[in-house]
Amino acid sequence: MNGRQTAQTDRASHPTRFDENMKLAELVASDYRLLSILSRLGIQLGFGETSVGNMCRRHNLSADLFLLICRIYSSDGDYTPETDHLATTDLEDITSYLYRSHLYYSETVIPRLGEKIELMMNSCGAIHRKILKTFYSDYCSEVANHFEYEEKTVFPYIRNLISGHRDESHGYDIAKFRDNHSDIDAKLDDLKSIIIKYLPEDCCPAEIRNEVLFEIFRFEEDLSKHTDIENHVLIPLVKKLETDGRNDI
Amino acid sequence: MAETTYKVLILEPSEIVSTGLRKIIGQGFRTPDTGIVCDLQSAAERIRCNAPDIVVVNPSLLSDSSQLSQLRSVAPQGAVFAAVTYALFDEKTLRQFDAVISVFDSSRQTLHKLQQIAGSTSASSHGENYELSEREREILVSVARGKTNKEIADLHHISIHTVISHRKNIQRKTGIKTIAGLALYALLNNMISESDME
Repeated sequence: MNGRQTAQTDRASHPTRFDENMKLAELVASDYRLLSILSRLGIQLGFGETSVGNMCRRHNLSADLFLLICRIYSSDGDYTPETDHLATTDLEDITSYLYRSHLYYSETVIPRLGEKIELMMNSCGAIHRKILKTFYSDYCSEVANHFEYEEKTVFPYIRNLISGHRDESHGYDIAKFRDNHSDIDAKLDDLKSIIIKYLPEDCCPAEIRNEVLFEIFRFEEDLSKHTDIENHVLIPLVKKLETDGRNDI
Repeated sequence: MAETTYKVLILEPSEIVSTGLRKIIGQGFRTPDTGIVCDLQSAAERIRCNAPDIVVVNPSLLSDSSQLSQLRSVAPQGAVFAAVTYALFDEKTLRQFDAVISVFDSSRQTLHKLQQIAGSTSASSHGENYELSEREREILVSVARGKTNKEIADLHHISIHTVISHRKNIQRKTGIKTIAGLALYALLNNMISESDME
């Protein structure tokens, strides 16, 4: 609660006030959720008094894009990103950021959640343990397929487009991605409901059950920001590039 | 239930039948207005303007199956459609309805059929009851076993529309949206066993 009060009085607390002259440490202090973005972008902690702008230059990142991502993560769904000032070069960075997010989810978050679920189910009966394990491993495959499609179809398509090779033969465009972009959070949400409401009361210790739930809530929130970036930043920028490309021909 | 009011529309060319139906429905439902229309076009207009909860239709006014779908598409979500028959109709036509009333049914039978289909939407939409009904539990088990809406409709002798309406209620009551989630729910509650899943 204290943290929230501090954040409210902080001059930089509101996401729309993030700017490149801020200290990076100040940015993180205003919203701890931004920590996980830094690691995905390869920014290590221990950066002293470095400003956002300097850190971005050091990592060859557009500060505009970095701040845009931070604003999306820190807003409570009330922020509509402006993409007019972003360039084609940013598109490469967005794609690589999304790819690193996939890695972060599949190599860090999903295994960690799996371990916690297993720990939670330790004191449950063998059958309950098995069915929950099967459910989670099905979910993991679904997520893996979702990411694989983006990594093998969508991202290469965008990279080709950036380098000026528009492959008309496959008839693929970003509108197809937009229309078929499936949700991967429905099963996760169901798992959450089941752990809250339907896993028997005496089945597992409350503490670890909460741990699992915190993990799911955080993951869901992260995934929804990830989807916001895809829908409100990636897709509009690719669409712009598709149209401009056509005009050039 | 006694507090809930229903808007009813009757699509029936015979005045004797429609007046009789209105009287019977009035005995079992609190209905501020029961409209009566004689043709499809006025029915669609009335449904659009008045958003009835229950629509009773004489199937002889429908020349093909798409016409009922059109009426459903202008009706509010959760509205139920019952057929009123005094002739024989093929099963396929009647399956599109949530209930079938015959003019030979008693008042009690007529009300019972209508209350059953209207009740399935009203109880949950008013937030009174989050417990699954016996019927919803049966449907949930079928969904968890991986059956399609069509298979479930055949199995329980109900229309696909009714299956969908039950599934919506199950989702609203449990908060569970995916088939895998429903299967997990059913397994944890011992409603099915693992061997049912294959």
